[in-house]
Amino acid sequence: MNRIFASRLFWPVVMLLALFIVNLIAFPGFFSIELKNEHLFGSLIDIVRNGAPTLIIAIGMTLVIATRGIDLSVGAICAIAGAVACSIILGSPDPGSVGTVVVAIVVAMVISLVLGVWNGFLVAVLGIQPIIATLILMTAGRGVAMLITEGQILTVNSPPFKVLGSGFLFGLPVATVIAVAIFVLAALLTRRTALGLLIESVGINPEASRQAGVRSRGLLFAVYTFCAFCAAVAGLILTSNQTAADANNTGLFIELDAILAVVIGGTSLMGGRYSLLGTLVGALVIQTLVTTVYTVGIPPIATMVFKAAVVTVVCLLQSPTTNAAFARWRTSLSSRTRKGVAA
Amino acid sequence: MKKLVTILAASAMLVSLAGCAGGLDASADGPKDPGDIVVGFAQVGAESGWRTANTKDIQDSFKEAGIELKFSDAQQKQENQIKAIRSYITQGVDVIAFSPVVETGWDAVLQEAKDADIPVVLTDRAVDSKDDSLYVSFLGSDFILEGEKAGEWLVEEYKDQTEPVKIIQLEGTTGAAPAIDRAEGFANVIAADPKFEVVASQTGDFTRAGGKQVTEALLKSNPDVDVIYSHNDDMGLGAIEAIEAAGLKPGKDIKIITVDAVKDGMQALADGKINFIVECSPLLGKQLIEIVEKVVAGEEVEKRIVADETTFTQEQAIEALPDRKY
Repeated sequence: MNRIFASRLFWPVVMLLALFIVNLIAFPGFFSIELKNEHLFGSLIDIVRNGAPTLIIAIGMTLVIATRGIDLSVGAICAIAGAVACSIILGSPDPGSVGTVVVAIVVAMVISLVLGVWNGFLVAVLGIQPIIATLILMTAGRGVAMLITEGQILTVNSPPFKVLGSGFLFGLPVATVIAVAIFVLAALLTRRTALGLLIESVGINPEASRQAGVRSRGLLFAVYTFCAFCAAVAGLILTSNQTAADANNTGLFIELDAILAVVIGGTSLMGGRYSLLGTLVGALVIQTLVTTVYTVGIPPIATMVFKAAVVTVVCLLQSPTTNAAFARWRTSLSSRTRKGVAA
Repeated sequence: MKKLVTILAASAMLVSLAGCAGGLDASADGPKDPGDIVVGFAQVGAESGWRTANTKDIQDSFKEAGIELKFSDAQQKQENQIKAIRSYITQGVDVIAFSPVVETGWDAVLQEAKDADIPVVLTDRAVDSKDDSLYVSFLGSDFILEGEKAGEWLVEEYKDQTEPVKIIQLEGTTGAAPAIDRAEGFANVIAADPKFEVVASQTGDFTRAGGKQVTEALLKSNPDVDVIYSHNDDMGLGAIEAIEAAGLKPGKDIKIITVDAVKDGMQALADGKINFIVECSPLLGKQLIEIVEKVVAGEEVEKRIVADETTFTQEQAIEALPDRKY
């Protein structure tokens, strides 16, 4: 029992279940999933589909945060990836062909990887603090995306590109399938090899890790590049979902949602120990929160306050001080019952 | 080598935007040729297809009229817009025109313009200021009227039905003037008949993705909805996708009313997926030039000028679509 309470995942999972229950009360059909037009259809499916971009970025962010870093540039990279892909698709003679879309996606990914390497270079080689290093691209990146789209919103009408955000694979949303694939990849790569341990060691003490023979520089390059990769995938999904590249709004503030997902999941911003499973729960909490606002019918003016209240509760419940207080309360409770039994 | 490549990549990225160097124009008194007039225009940004059409029309109209236009893009930030207006004041332009990003906080900078004797014209959006001597004219749409037009069509469409009509409203950005006024005008008209019921009203932030996500969720909790009223075309287009994903027919099973009439919206209207669009025209260039010429010539202009706008049904959309500019 105590082990379940002590788990970092306990409170986020409780929060997620609480949100589910609120939704169920407001809308009894919340859990129902049916088959429509040969794909699954239901509120839960919407949550895992719309939450996919945040989850994907949060996975990359988890690894960056584990190295005691942070990546604020992911939103801008989303916008750049979308802008590049859309301008290539629009510029081609045949926007509907699979070949064009593949080329567009590959080019967008490569450019984003270069941006990830740039972040890694600033942090690992020049030793700039991550929050400052990635802030550069966060602010400049949207400008770059604006230059690519020439300040316009590029609407694309390309069926193969649309699959990414709105399509279905074996009845499941393609976006969700991609998110799960990236999650499994990250989990296998870092938890079935020593990679995760090395990342944590860099996060806990970079200098000691270096002296112990860990190539921290290479690792930092790797995590920032991976984070940019995740951001590009998420950006392409977002762009495909809205069938338009919008340099101003694509992925706006998604870096904050991703960081929040990581923190709700119990990974410390001080680096070191991280939990990908926690991040998964965190991302689901955030997306369920959005859906809750709609199903419960919270007026738009109060939405922000409602979200803030929920996040505050999660953070309070997770804080070590609150947890220690809870532990004391439980011990006193159990000792009292024992005394009661003895008497 | 590896280092060199990264450095090259780095320097390529740091190619920054060049600032615009504007010469100081000495403003002389007396009547002016169009060629001597200089107008500073501070645009909100490029947040939607509507806005880019607005920008393009204003730039093209000024070029055609031979009036020099200094243009700046505030990227949706008030501070940038205030900076741009200040720089127009120092440059001594003849007229300043701008679309305020938000409604409040303009008194100081508008007073500076007034002190420098530079008339200010507001386009498309109003400012919330007690002192209306700070600007000479406000050219733009009447958002309340747009909401009313949308409501009137709905009343007409359902005039023979006695059963309740359930409506979902997709609101614009919370707090933005078009969102508040379009909701108000619509509510005013449908309030006359109790059969009209707005079952849910949520913000989709004027974006396609927002409209889609909100509609997805609301369709599940309100599956028997009859009408969606969207404060702009983009959210309506998002709603269409959500409705189709739910296995329903947009325009038939659920009727859609939107505001704006941008090209993508008109296309959907012509395809029968939207039922009615109230136009909110971004083509303000011609009317703005008329105002500028009058102001520079010292003539009086109306404090409030409503843009020339209409509404579109599906049949009208098919006709109007071929020469739609935006």
